[in-house]
Amino acid sequence: MTTGVAPALALGAIDKRFGATVALTNASLVVAPGTVHAVLGENGAGKTTLLRIAFGLLSPDAGAVHVAGARVTLRSPHDAIGAGIGMVQQHYSLVPAMTVAENVALGRRGGVDRTAMHAQVMATAAALGFVVEPDARVESLSVSAQQRVEIIKAVAHGARLLILDEPTAVLAPSEADALLERLRAFAARGGAVVLITHHLREALRSADDVTVLRRGHTVLAAPAATLTEDALVAAMIGDRLPRTAADPTPAAPGAPVLRVQQVTVHDARGVPRLRDVSLTVHAGEIVGIAGVEGSGTRELVRVLAGRVAPEAGTVTLPAAVGFVPEDRHRDALMLTASLAENFALAESGAARGAMPWRTMTATTATLIERFDVRGATPSTPAAALSGGNQQKFVVGRAVVTAPDALVVESPSRGLDVRATQDIHATLRTRRAAGAAVVVTSPDLDELLALADRIIVCYEGTLREVARDLALIGRTMVGAHD
Amino acid sequence: MRWRSPWVTAGLVLVGAGLVLLVVLVVTGHAPVPALAALGRGAVGSWYTFTSTTLVRATPLILSGLAVAIAFRAGVLNIGAEGQLLMGAAAATAVALTVPSGGVVLALFAGLVGGLLWTIIPVVLTQRFGVLEVISTLLMNAVALYVVGWLVRGPLQEPTGIYPQSGVLSEATRLPLLWNGTRLHAGFLLALVCAGALWWFGARTAAGFRLRAVGLNAHAAASAGRIDVARTSQRAFLVSGVLAGLAGAVEVQGVTYGLYENLSPGYGYTAIAVALLGRLDARAVVAAAILFAALQAGGSAMQRDAGVPAVTVKVVEAVLILGVISATAWQRRQESRA
Repeated sequence: MTTGVAPALALGAIDKRFGATVALTNASLVVAPGTVHAVLGENGAGKTTLLRIAFGLLSPDAGAVHVAGARVTLRSPHDAIGAGIGMVQQHYSLVPAMTVAENVALGRRGGVDRTAMHAQVMATAAALGFVVEPDARVESLSVSAQQRVEIIKAVAHGARLLILDEPTAVLAPSEADALLERLRAFAARGGAVVLITHHLREALRSADDVTVLRRGHTVLAAPAATLTEDALVAAMIGDRLPRTAADPTPAAPGAPVLRVQQVTVHDARGVPRLRDVSLTVHAGEIVGIAGVEGSGTRELVRVLAGRVAPEAGTVTLPAAVGFVPEDRHRDALMLTASLAENFALAESGAARGAMPWRTMTATTATLIERFDVRGATPSTPAAALSGGNQQKFVVGRAVVTAPDALVVESPSRGLDVRATQDIHATLRTRRAAGAAVVVTSPDLDELLALADRIIVCYEGTLREVARDLALIGRTMVGAHD
Repeated sequence: MRWRSPWVTAGLVLVGAGLVLLVVLVVTGHAPVPALAALGRGAVGSWYTFTSTTLVRATPLILSGLAVAIAFRAGVLNIGAEGQLLMGAAAATAVALTVPSGGVVLALFAGLVGGLLWTIIPVVLTQRFGVLEVISTLLMNAVALYVVGWLVRGPLQEPTGIYPQSGVLSEATRLPLLWNGTRLHAGFLLALVCAGALWWFGARTAAGFRLRAVGLNAHAAASAGRIDVARTSQRAFLVSGVLAGLAGAVEVQGVTYGLYENLSPGYGYTAIAVALLGRLDARAVVAAAILFAALQAGGSAMQRDAGVPAVTVKVVEAVLILGVISATAWQRRQESRA
């Protein structure tokens, strides 16, 4: 943070709310020209939101954006590109059926000159140290090559400041190193780079400066050389003491219920998400799984819930596994259908013959009563409920049939304190009744409050760790040993 | 609660349609009273016109409307009912002409197999190559029309080889009439039975529920219900083709007694409107099909007797569909705000 030179990008006192959720509060970020700047934070800390504001994808509720010393109002990515900012998001915005050169030319005004287009792609790629084939169709390229095309596109459109959201999450370690080296070179030639990342080592190794966000607030901004992994972990998770798990009935693990052995899973793009993973969950215990986004936690949970069949390995599950997915609107509910129909949805793939609607409606009424789903009857459409009541319904649906195993992703997502306590009590009751329970949560405090054992998922592998907040935090970002 | 009753909605839709027609007539300078009287006469003026025009026209609309409704319910946008209907008609004709001893049932069966086979193509294209069914089924409608054109000039052409049409179906393969002195045939009953069966299937069975769940939210169906989404939508698609094929067979065996190019005045397209107006509910699809048939029958009479172009009726149909779709969307918004 050189004095006298205007920062390449300065975000000051940014506030952003989504409805009732505060995403950012007094967040700031100052990126000096000629540097690589890492932005760190836990899931939901607001990293992506902050940089989406810098790229004009979101507008802040309060605060100022300065680019190269001048105050700007970015109403769209178009404004941001005009101001010399480029962003490579986690999901690329390339047209698969078009060639590399055509993709780079997209978003330009005026005519398209093929020869000039080619020349520019080649020149930009050469300046960045990338090798690309301008005539290759994007859909034929690997994920890492597509990423390079995104970077070339941003630079060809005049970006002096590159923002990359989790660029290394989809890359093999050697590819990641090569990319970071190119980005450093880009910065050294007078550009600037912002890396959004979960990885402490990556940040310390390749960044000049680091900014840490925690719960939407900037808690640390310092040169990387002055920082250690411990300092970063402390900043990311805070010095808050873990809430003591006021748990009257400690676990009494029984027989194995959920068991996966040497399981491997790839995602739709062929990136390995779980590598040769084994885990056993016993009756009468709650196992907490911690992991950053893209760590494989999501896939592991779905394998345990019987919702994803692995490509390799064996899975032993009971017939019915209660599953509460993280995204309830997408994966748990038919919003326009009634609660009775939503209740009937659970495990309906195995239903045969006639639907027992009378029983379904009666059980739904019981569920509504028992799990305190406010203002609902069995005929109320799911969309009419608040998020918290929807979650109570979804948890109740997974629990009410008393399955031997229960897999719950983010149990308290969007819930107030009381509702959270209710759901925690429900999960403990299931454990006491001898169910095997698996829980994930971006909130490590919640995980510690619930879980008897903690498993950390990092880059597709598992590691059991002690119930210690700092240790879990470190292991999640690959900073163990 | 009262406002949400389907009967209230249906009543409002009818009144609304009447008002729109009135406005269109006045604006285009036609005397409303004689025009509306002609429309009424043409649709429900007598027992004969009601059965022999309206209900006869409603029959293929009910069957193809059900075909579209079951596909749409499962989230499959099959807009190829027209082509599937034509292939059903062609298959029924071919079998009825070559194996007249098979009687009514064998030809009907051939019709539904024709619809099924024609549907397997877009199903495979969707499942294997991810081709959007909206596009494949729409394009295959045109192909079906040309296939029929070839059939009636080639393999199925009538014996003299002069006219582009098939020979005439023998008595044994024709659907029996329901009442002497009318043209209403047993296909109408068959359509009602199909509607009843589909309603029961949708409302009471687990498989029917899965189909709806897949249409409402495929992700939740897969995740919460562990439903095989691909297989469920595939089946709905095939059943849809079967129903449309049956519509074609019924039209040939109950009305035209032969195959020719303009066999269907766009039944398969009107079916989409019928299904939407009936909000994909099998019972309401029957009512919507009869309403559309009455409007079309009345529209012809209006053109003949009062000189009002029959397209006027098309305007009313369009307004009806838009009205129902907007009303449904509005109602959903209200419900989710409650």
